[in-house]
Amino acid sequence: MKPIATTRSATGIPTGRLAVWWLIASEIVIFGGLLASYVMHRIGHAEFGDYAAHTNTWAGAFNTLVLLTSSLSAVLAHEAAEKGQGPRAARMLLFTILGGAVFLIVKSFEWTAEIRAGYTLATNMFWSFYYTAAGLHALHVIAGMVAMAFVARDAFSNRELQRVELVGNYWHFVDIVWIFLFPLLYIAK
Amino acid sequence: MTSSPNETHEAGPPASGDEPRAREADPAEHAQAAEHAQAAEHAQAAEHAQAAEHAHAAEHAHANPVRVWAILCALLVVSVVGPMAEIRLLTLITAFGIAGVKAYLVAKHFLRLGVERRYVAYALVVSVAFMVLFFAGTAPDVMEHRGRLWTNHAAQKEVERALKEAARDGH
Repeated sequence: MKPIATTRSATGIPTGRLAVWWLIASEIVIFGGLLASYVMHRIGHAEFGDYAAHTNTWAGAFNTLVLLTSSLSAVLAHEAAEKGQGPRAARMLLFTILGGAVFLIVKSFEWTAEIRAGYTLATNMFWSFYYTAAGLHALHVIAGMVAMAFVARDAFSNRELQRVELVGNYWHFVDIVWIFLFPLLYIAK
Repeated sequence: MTSSPNETHEAGPPASGDEPRAREADPAEHAQAAEHAQAAEHAQAAEHAQAAEHAHAAEHAHANPVRVWAILCALLVVSVVGPMAEIRLLTLITAFGIAGVKAYLVAKHFLRLGVERRYVAYALVVSVAFMVLFFAGTAPDVMEHRGRLWTNHAAQKEVERALKEAARDGH
């Protein structure tokens, strides 16, 4: 028996997809609040520019490329799912998970270097924002990877292919958040 | 002489038990039925055409994802290289303006917001509007450290201390 989320569409949108939009709308408020609060402090504190000079722009740019590429594979997974090609969709999702893993590995090297240089969560307000925003985003990346692994497992045997789109939509949102985090934390120096 | 529906009709009233068959043979009803069938066919054809049109529109809305990705990568390069010129306005445009364009492209082509029901976009805009509202309400007290009747001494001292420290460290 199929879950209600896949068979009902009382609003004209399958309930599962509507739920993901709901999640994204609430995430906009969470990340939006954090980023807006960073922006107002950045404008009020000229010294943030000096602190931001210690972040690694190239690592941030590389991670942006990685996330954009993983979003592409999530779209290709969605296209494959639409054609009923479950195994191909699953492979594309695994590629997306790989992108998330590369993103986290780069982030961990970056953070290790920064903490060794003495920039920790408690150093000053800039680094508090930096670790909170990037950390919260990284948690979302991990959550997306875990969800995608479950969806990919089912997709391999052509089951619940509609979930490929849902998990992809979540991933694209995580990508959009990073698109704004990158210039805020790495470029505005 | 060839037989015609009229001739059949004029051949005499049918027995009461044959009424249904006689109705089938009724030319007016024949014409009506033919009309209905034609109308149904037309409606079906129109439906098919509409569906094809929708599919076509959807195909157009779903731009080639690899091409969108390539554009996003090109924009990424611009957003990294632009600020290297260290011109404030150029940094704002290349870093933040391009971030907006990139987010739009991802939302439209990857999230497929363009072909989603309109109220989803409205719901997301409401979320962004909340963020703007909270920003507008709190920003004046955070972005400025002195007003007409107040001064944020702690923030002022922190900025002075940090800038002095940065100057001493050579940043």
